[in-house]
Amino acid sequence: MNGLWPQIEPLLSRVSKPARYIGMEGGAQQPQHSPEKVAWLLAYPDTYEIGLPNQGLQILYEILNERPDAVAERTYAPWHDLEELLRERGIPLFSVDTHRSAAEFDIFGFNLSAELTYTNLLNMVDLAGVPVRSADRGPQHPLIAAGGHCTYNPEPLADFLDIVVLGDGEEVVAEITEVVRDWKASGRLLGDRVGVLRSLARVEGVYVPAMYRPVYAGADFLGLEPEFSDIPELVEKRTVADLADFPYPKQQLVPLTEVVHDRLNVEVFRGCTRGCRFCQAGMITRPVRERPAAQVRSMVAEGLRRTGYDEVSLTSLSTADYSGIEALVTDIVDAAGDGPAITVALPSLRVDAFGVGIATQLQHGRRAGLTFAPEAGTWRMRQVINKLIREEDLYSAVEAAFSNGWRRVKLYFLTGLPTETDEDTLGIAELARNCVEIGRAHTRNPSVTVSVGGFVPKPFTPFQWFGQNTVEELQRKINLLRDATRRMHGVQVKWHDPKATQVEGIMSRGDRRIGDVIETVWRNGGTFQEWNERFELPLWTEAMAEHGLDPDWYTHRHRTETEVLPWDHLSAGLHKDFLWQDWRDALAEVGLPDCRWTPCYDCGACTGYSIEHIVASATPPAGGSQGTGQDLASTWVPVTIRAVGDEVGAR
Amino acid sequence: MRIRLRYRKLGKVRFTSHRDVARCWERAFRTSGLPIAITEGFSPRPKMHFGLALSTSHESLGEYLDLDLLDPESAAVDIDALPAMLSGHLPVGIDIEAVAIIDRSAPSLQEAVTSCTWHIEVPGLAHADLLPAVERVVSASTLPIVRERKGKPVSDDLRPGILHLEVLDPTAAPADFAGAVLYAELATAPRSVRPSELMAVFDPPLLEGRVRRIHQLITENGATREPLSPGAPPMVFATASAI
Repeated sequence: MNGLWPQIEPLLSRVSKPARYIGMEGGAQQPQHSPEKVAWLLAYPDTYEIGLPNQGLQILYEILNERPDAVAERTYAPWHDLEELLRERGIPLFSVDTHRSAAEFDIFGFNLSAELTYTNLLNMVDLAGVPVRSADRGPQHPLIAAGGHCTYNPEPLADFLDIVVLGDGEEVVAEITEVVRDWKASGRLLGDRVGVLRSLARVEGVYVPAMYRPVYAGADFLGLEPEFSDIPELVEKRTVADLADFPYPKQQLVPLTEVVHDRLNVEVFRGCTRGCRFCQAGMITRPVRERPAAQVRSMVAEGLRRTGYDEVSLTSLSTADYSGIEALVTDIVDAAGDGPAITVALPSLRVDAFGVGIATQLQHGRRAGLTFAPEAGTWRMRQVINKLIREEDLYSAVEAAFSNGWRRVKLYFLTGLPTETDEDTLGIAELARNCVEIGRAHTRNPSVTVSVGGFVPKPFTPFQWFGQNTVEELQRKINLLRDATRRMHGVQVKWHDPKATQVEGIMSRGDRRIGDVIETVWRNGGTFQEWNERFELPLWTEAMAEHGLDPDWYTHRHRTETEVLPWDHLSAGLHKDFLWQDWRDALAEVGLPDCRWTPCYDCGACTGYSIEHIVASATPPAGGSQGTGQDLASTWVPVTIRAVGDEVGAR
Repeated sequence: MRIRLRYRKLGKVRFTSHRDVARCWERAFRTSGLPIAITEGFSPRPKMHFGLALSTSHESLGEYLDLDLLDPESAAVDIDALPAMLSGHLPVGIDIEAVAIIDRSAPSLQEAVTSCTWHIEVPGLAHADLLPAVERVVSASTLPIVRERKGKPVSDDLRPGILHLEVLDPTAAPADFAGAVLYAELATAPRSVRPSELMAVFDPPLLEGRVRRIHQLITENGATREPLSPGAPPMVFATASAI
């Protein structure tokens, strides 16, 4: 089936990077559509190069296509050159698998990983020929769905999305498929669109924004009220209890053209309990669920053999924390044996010599650069954010890196953190200078790159009550840092545009009223806002003013304990009083240990869903929790321990 | 052992770049287990040598690739079965058609190839409309163009590089092309003429539709042959006439 291909083909020799639109990846499917099957169009609201590697969409693509009652295809945001040609000729958005019109699918499912892609979502729905507002759609239109980390506050998109999925998607897509399949079988007539949405709202983990009415008192948001008695007041996230049950993707897509993360990716665990207070991913994906080592080994071996990649990344939020990481890495390197050289990448390196030790074991040949994320410049600041890395930990890591032949070190920091003083900001420069000094003992021209991002408070973190720094304050801190490092030989400072940080902040904690702003910005041509060359702050400030909304109120204001937050009707399992206590602890500069290896402090993520951390080895990581040197050997370890030699991957 | 492959690049895969295709080959060597020689040094790469790069979105019936196989492992490679075996590891639309063992001292494809033949679709024009325009180009003694070299405009004459040009008889045109089709032989040495440059010398300039490379040719001592068959007799062009 090549529905729109004959119309698309003549346009492709006139656009940049036409291979974005042809599909044909290794592992791509040509599913057979039929009226009995629910057709999903899985979408990433950014370019192909950024969207294709998204592992969440690839997992769902396979799980859905394995079902007899579903088909799944993929689409990505066309770059503006192709978009113009499509609009000129009235050609709709299409799937890259069979080049079928997007409007012919039953569910259009977006992955939302970044706030600045929201206008692209509207643009893609519009390009599909579907009304952008949920209220304007009829039974003939696809259901517009979204999942991914940004959906923990979907309110800015509430008027545009029909359904929102919270948490892991592996199981819930089946339940959604069944509801939509029955609705389709009824000729889409059963209770019209409201009927199917009401049924979907009863699926655990599914939030249907239209089933809730916002209540305001003046400018204040008082909460959302369910429209019907059978609609849950609180929507809980979905959590897959055991990753071993989901060895996906089994056939990772191998694109013909270059994309980001262009390598084999094997997820070794989901969730993180380090408890970094700025990190939304670490909070909302709890508990820790490790994949059994045997399954990781077979997914790596099988994946390399099938794809022809010579690089594999072991992905997670903190891979060096995988229990038994050293043995796993040794096994993978040994298994490659005499075959072609394989590079094993760890996406997030722990800031200590142990982490570098593993990197040394992995990286053969050129040792160009290593990246660490101390996140803040002083111990005080790191206690506030609960990133409990001592200066000694960083210096031992940097010493290990330079002494093992690396010549460049990159350090990630956040600025605009709660309680941050100029001393904390300048502490970043101090750390960088000391790192260069350490490097001088080993190499003539050591290079330390400091990358600084402006902090955006996120829902379901202890910092969700914090008033974000203004653009001017962030820029002042960046200038301070730039001036302090100007004469430091070997130190380079890079930073993200604080203006983009401001807009992320508006959407990160915005309510439904922000929807009008997103629509206005999109109608004024503001797509691909996450691309520097396309981002325009005035589009956003003018749209805020047009709708009578105040950026200060949304971003820079500290929230109080009693304020109703726009996401209070959603649950990531975390108790709100736990998060509030953690916020108070942050302000008191009190750290919180990693609960994988210390007694449970009941954040709610495990107890609320009757699930537990699953780790592959009873041995706590070397160096203890977060390098704090805790004595872990003598303490009780409150986790489920897998039996040694548990061959889940083979069953 | 050095081998030379001839392959096609047709259909959707034509929208991949030269660099994309090179990466597809590298993965195909690994998934197929072909014992290819690897360069020394910090970032080892398979020893493969392409001929003239094909522009993104152009198709080809005549692409070539030289590969160095590891010795002695190469002795176990079934050369006759290689095209079918390796094609299965490449994207749909890239198909190996022929393979031959060549001498390591043979000149590289880049050095040896002197011209390429092309089918160029001209959308919106009928056969008869195109004939007079082609006649003007063919009968011109010089075709001055200005091109950029190292950031500076340089005048050049395109005419010597146009070795052959005609409008294909509609019955001889590829079935999947619409509109009139040019058949051109364009030199690659001493300097290369691209199909887009040819289209630009027409007055008014012609629109470029689909473009398909038909052959890469080596002309030596008055004899013309394709790169895969050293010593073969000169190729005979069924349509050679106009120039």
